[in-house]
Amino acid sequence: MAAGPMKMRATLGQGFTDVRVLMNHPMETGQRKDSDGKLVPMHFIQNLTVKVNGKLVVDAQISQAVSRNPVFSFRLKGGAKGDKIEVAWMDNKGESNSTEMALA
Amino acid sequence: MNRIRRALVAALAIGLAKPFAALAAWNKEAFGAKTPGDALKNLGVPSGAPSGELHIEAPQIAENGAVVPIEISSNIPGTTALIVLIEKNPFPLTARFDFKEGALPFVKVNVKMGETSDVRVIAEAGGKHFTASKEIKVTIGGCGG
Repeated sequence: MAAGPMKMRATLGQGFTDVRVLMNHPMETGQRKDSDGKLVPMHFIQNLTVKVNGKLVVDAQISQAVSRNPVFSFRLKGGAKGDKIEVAWMDNKGESNSTEMALA
Repeated sequence: MNRIRRALVAALAIGLAKPFAALAAWNKEAFGAKTPGDALKNLGVPSGAPSGELHIEAPQIAENGAVVPIEISSNIPGTTALIVLIEKNPFPLTARFDFKEGALPFVKVNVKMGETSDVRVIAEAGGKHFTASKEIKVTIGGCGG
């Protein structure tokens, strides 16, 4: 159940940039039971960051109430071709992952 | 004494290794709170004044509580944070987004809802707080799965 790949898409709009990012993560709430009737322990992303050209623009804390395999959309001011967008997360077990792309 | 020191050194080493150490830590007390009031108290945020400039786009009826799409945006000038609470979830606080220079106060995310509930958003702008809420009816809950 370790971190799978992330996918990101960024689209340059009129004066803004839309960023859509998908993370593979079980986001277990700690309330779900497995087929043996045992509770599945909590396992969820807690911190999420978005950086543009190395500068932090979104700093988020999230709970287990975010759906499994989370998809987030953010909107950045402006944006230009070549801008480097980086998204990273860390979960309650200390696992982390990140992805980056250049605006095309 | 020695053991405590070793534990401390180990904790520090882990702290340094983590890329998120410099950022806002996950607020365990606020996220662990069982009522919206306690969650806000632990965040140190008041419930805020109602505002028409804070928008929540979400379905009125969610067939599947495990995936409820919500879109939040603020037209309040100087909005620096958006806080999302699903009032009737076991742990109401769902997310806190801090927007720095370069990001617009907008986010779209899928959330889980255990039952029909108000979804409340609180915006922080220039040290003031504003709020809006929207009821989403849930046909099949998405927390116990």
